[in-house]
Amino acid sequence: MKKAALKDPPSPRNREAVTDGLTIAGRDFTSRLFIGTAQYPNQQVMLDAIAASGAEVVTVAMRRVRLDAGGESLFDLLGGRYFILPNTAGCYTARDAVLTAQLAREALETDWVKLEVIGDDETLFPDVEQLIPAARELVKDGFIVLPYCNDDPVTAKKLEDLGCPAVMPLGAPIGSGMGIRNPYNIRIIREMCTVPIILDAGVGTASDVTVAMELGCDGVLLNSAVARARDPISMARAVRLALEAGRLAYTSGRIPHRLYAKASSPEEGVIGRVSASKAR
Amino acid sequence: MAADRSHIIIVNGEAHDFSGGSLRALIAGFGIDPDRRGVAVALNGEAVPRAAWDATRPVPGDRIEIVRPLAGG
Repeated sequence: MKKAALKDPPSPRNREAVTDGLTIAGRDFTSRLFIGTAQYPNQQVMLDAIAASGAEVVTVAMRRVRLDAGGESLFDLLGGRYFILPNTAGCYTARDAVLTAQLAREALETDWVKLEVIGDDETLFPDVEQLIPAARELVKDGFIVLPYCNDDPVTAKKLEDLGCPAVMPLGAPIGSGMGIRNPYNIRIIREMCTVPIILDAGVGTASDVTVAMELGCDGVLLNSAVARARDPISMARAVRLALEAGRLAYTSGRIPHRLYAKASSPEEGVIGRVSASKAR
Repeated sequence: MAADRSHIIIVNGEAHDFSGGSLRALIAGFGIDPDRRGVAVALNGEAVPRAAWDATRPVPGDRIEIVRPLAGG
């Protein structure tokens, strides 16, 4: 019998976990992690945590300038180093969200917007009735709209159909750290939509990120899980690795679930058996 | 009431005395460099492009929002 030549395995040093990149609206991103800039203990920790996360996209909110104080702009701090994605956080109507997006475009010279239209201040769940017309208007106005939406496949599909180049379903309420409360819906969203799915909100720790990626999400947007961790910089590294692990697991193709055991070791030649082939 | 408001504009939710001039001058008057990126302005609920700040002349009673990016998720 001919023995197939086995190649030497790569040295563990060279086995870097490099996941494939992400493309949204024709723009390539090196990292599938999007990270928020709020709630860090201080600005230096924020900068170090963002760096440790490997994220390329960072989110910012648009707020009134304080007229009584100057201060360093976040834009000066992050512009040029990161892809700045403004959000419409705090908006409860389509009208306010559209204006906020337009102001973000003027201030940051970007057509990209993370569209949030909130319907309830306890849960911060999106208001679909406002979200969809806001998305439609912004898409028509030339924006690249990444909508934060409920984990509802029908809503996600509608957002895709009206021209959003990615959709961002929530895993759980913003800042709740509850993880992915309805993984089956996320799976259905994955199957119904062809645009990238970015899981947005709900991540509490690294494993939530892995689960999101294993479910087929194309990326994860998080903030609190890192910013409010006891050690944000270390947690940023954890979520980066978790994302790579989840993405690699997803692209590797997991084994199917089965209710009963399937032996890993060969069933032939078990010592002491009269007839190994009939052994169970 | 109307007489009290004849020199007043609302900037970021606060009433301010206003004696005329361009939107650009108004912004600069608050110590904000109008040439620096990262600032945007809405006049009565409509975004005003930077290129129009010189030609835009607010009138008393106008509502102005001056915004910039801040930490967000």
